Amino acid sequence: MRKFQIYRGDHSNGELVTFETEVMEGMVVLDVVHKIQAEQANDLAVRWNCKAGKCGSCSVEINGKPKLSCMTRMNEYGADETITITPLKTFKVIKDLVTDVSWNYTQNKRIKPVKLAPESKTEKGYVMYQEDVDRVQEFRKCIECYLCQNVCHILRDHDKKEEFIGPRFMIRVASLEMHPLDIEDRIPELKNDFGSGMCNITKCCTDVCPEHINLTDNGIIPLKERVIDRFYDPVTILRRKVFGPRKKKLPPIN
Amino acid sequence: MLDISEIKTIEHDVLIVGAGGAGLSAAIEASAQGMSTGIVMKSLLGKAHTVMAEGGMAAALGNVDARDDWKIHFRDTMRGGKFLNVWRMVEHHAKLAPERVRLLEEWGAVFDRTKKGLINQRNFGGHRYPRLAHVGDRTGLEMIRTLQDHGIHQGIETYMECTALDLLKNESGAVSGIVCMWRDTGTFIIFKAKSIIFATGGGGKAWDVTSNSWEYTGDGYAMAYEAGAELMDLEFNQFHPTGMVWPLSVKGLLVTESVRGEGGILLNKEGTRFMFDYIPERFRSETADTHEEAARWLAGDPNARRPPELLTRDVVARAINEEVKAGRGSEHGGAYLNIATQRSAEDIKKKLPSMYHQFKVLAELDITKEPMEVGPTCHYFMGGIRVDADTTMSSLPGLFACGECAAGMHGANRLGGNSLSDLLVFGYLSGKNAAEYAKKIKTHSKINGAQASKIIRDATTILNRETGANPYLLHAELEQNMQKKVGIIRTKEELEEGIEQLGKIKEAYKTVKAKGASQFNPGWHEALGLRNLLITSEAVARAALLREESRGAHTRADFPGEQDHWLKYNIVTTKGVDGNMQLNKVERKPPDPELERIAKSDIDALELEIASERTRERT
Repeated sequence: MRKFQIYRGDHSNGELVTFETEVMEGMVVLDVVHKIQAEQANDLAVRWNCKAGKCGSCSVEINGKPKLSCMTRMNEYGADETITITPLKTFKVIKDLVTDVSWNYTQNKRIKPVKLAPESKTEKGYVMYQEDVDRVQEFRKCIECYLCQNVCHILRDHDKKEEFIGPRFMIRVASLEMHPLDIEDRIPELKNDFGSGMCNITKCCTDVCPEHINLTDNGIIPLKERVIDRFYDPVTILRRKVFGPRKKKLPPIN
Repeated sequence: MLDISEIKTIEHDVLIVGAGGAGLSAAIEASAQGMSTGIVMKSLLGKAHTVMAEGGMAAALGNVDARDDWKIHFRDTMRGGKFLNVWRMVEHHAKLAPERVRLLEEWGAVFDRTKKGLINQRNFGGHRYPRLAHVGDRTGLEMIRTLQDHGIHQGIETYMECTALDLLKNESGAVSGIVCMWRDTGTFIIFKAKSIIFATGGGGKAWDVTSNSWEYTGDGYAMAYEAGAELMDLEFNQFHPTGMVWPLSVKGLLVTESVRGEGGILLNKEGTRFMFDYIPERFRSETADTHEEAARWLAGDPNARRPPELLTRDVVARAINEEVKAGRGSEHGGAYLNIATQRSAEDIKKKLPSMYHQFKVLAELDITKEPMEVGPTCHYFMGGIRVDADTTMSSLPGLFACGECAAGMHGANRLGGNSLSDLLVFGYLSGKNAAEYAKKIKTHSKINGAQASKIIRDATTILNRETGANPYLLHAELEQNMQKKVGIIRTKEELEEGIEQLGKIKEAYKTVKAKGASQFNPGWHEALGLRNLLITSEAVARAALLREESRGAHTRADFPGEQDHWLKYNIVTTKGVDGNMQLNKVERKPPDPELERIAKSDIDALELEIASERTRERT
């Protein structure tokens, strides 16, 4: 028999409840939660879907560490270690392990959608090469588990959700800005509305990403550089004044 | 007495239930038609089953092999479906898929590229040419995220974590709305709509070994059935040949067909590449019969025929099943799937990153070095709500269906990759036609209070009972029953036992009890889904008993082989006036002669014909 402590309650009232259950070979933490749910606590609330690390629904904190419970094997823990499972701290608890993540959906809506260069369109579709898309394909691996939003100290410790859209949506912007054919401009709102300057690149988001996306180095830092170029670098500011905004160089059509 | 006027009501022209690839495609199109559009989903946006799809979406773009054409895609699909498909639906699909895939690119999807900078395409079972547009092995994620990111800017209202319970009808018997429940609070809401589109997916959660998540409880089938719509072809349940078999906690989890598309081979414990022994007559002339030819195909020889691992899913699943039964199975009762000997470690990590990760974490196995152990897992329903091939409307006026919950497109067996393209094509057609239907209706029908209160009462009774059966244990019992009695290989005796057992579970369900309060209560949600699963399971088992032949995914040990007589019929299921399930053999419409000619053409002759057509067009 193994010991588990699971948070039960809502945002204002709740406590850690102790459960004991048997753990079989190969089990992940989500399996244990399901077993407890079926046998001991039928109304224990938890989100899950794919059980294979593809949908990003089952994010929780296990012994204080933000993780996907479907991809966390029980054998990562000591045989007599008590496992504590709590909901994501950054979002309000609806019930037990389920939190209100709706704020994230409203952030996505604020980002201007993709707009592809019409001159890259042929009758066989748009033309862009693998080496052009590698970079954005990394960001597009995001499964929206919101673990990065959960550990970002601007959101978690300072609760500045009004001022910063968080790492998930920084890389959503990056995936659009670095799309080889996208011709929309999102740099002004990145600075003025999305709070890109607030991130001080502690890389906590990169550390927890279950998809191993290098959010900070490959997404957030290059975006911050684009903001600096646009608004703070006198040379580029002058160049823009004289020559107008630089046109995106599109991949050749062969 | 419940006062229905206290329940909040929201009006839309078109309401969609389900937010996977089909539902989102439908919503985008309905909204584009100027309709006030809402979309209701059980999970959060972007988490539907589509997100788990791996391999790709099939469309005859001809980017990798220019010989591809809608006619070849059409022929492959009909043959894969053992000619039971609704001809006209397969035609729509093959013709429309390329433009829908290209539109997805316009909406922001970033597919893997060919050397010429176009959408790359990969090989898959049953497809003659590399046809699947893909992004590594996470194509479903790319698709749902693209539709989601596009959809949120189209003025569509999304209702997340909202469970649909049952349909409402007006005096003339047309759909007028639907009663739903907010999962977080457990409160009810009524949506009034001029037309409703079901995009609710399948019912694979009825089996013990399944690749499906908790959401797949056959909600669309059961709600449509209860409202009087016709279901069709429910005996055809696809068991994907390659699910994980070990460790037990992940048994059934999908291993993408792309592993075989990228060259992976199947071996038994004696090390024999057994698929060479299972090539059906219909595919013999188009399948490699030596290791040498299969190796040439993998190396890219355009004249080599495809390896037998890429036969259709029904064939491969049965072959693995046979090998295990004959005592030649792998250590944990499956077959070995080996990509390590076929491709470099670098290639594998690039082409199959999520498979690499999945096995590394969940099975502590490195697929670049060792073979995987795989076995059949319940994956997909070919059958579902019977719809009109052009409008996608069901037999119930105002109710439309698309995606996995609709029947007809895939016949007796679906080809891999034809699901994601199905979602795009038929999602679009449903959205368009449901909008056109709604435009003809001036005002919303009045809600029938008695209908709505009954739906709500049935749901709350489960919570309010003093004691009763545990929904989780009942569900587990159902899964065991379906797995053992209504599995891959079926017999009259076992099906009858299965149906009898289903009757007992249905009886026990009448006293099902969800403990706790109404707020986010998974026990209650489980119990509500179980009603739908029981209806679905019974429809599957009864249709499987009636169809006395083996065709595609439906295999009867007591009636081996396809029977010409049965090709003429679909099994259509409805709720009888006495409340009992009614099954009818319904004669199929004769095919359009030109479509029939294409499907039955010799492949070489058909390709010559396409080539000369193209030359004529150029000159």
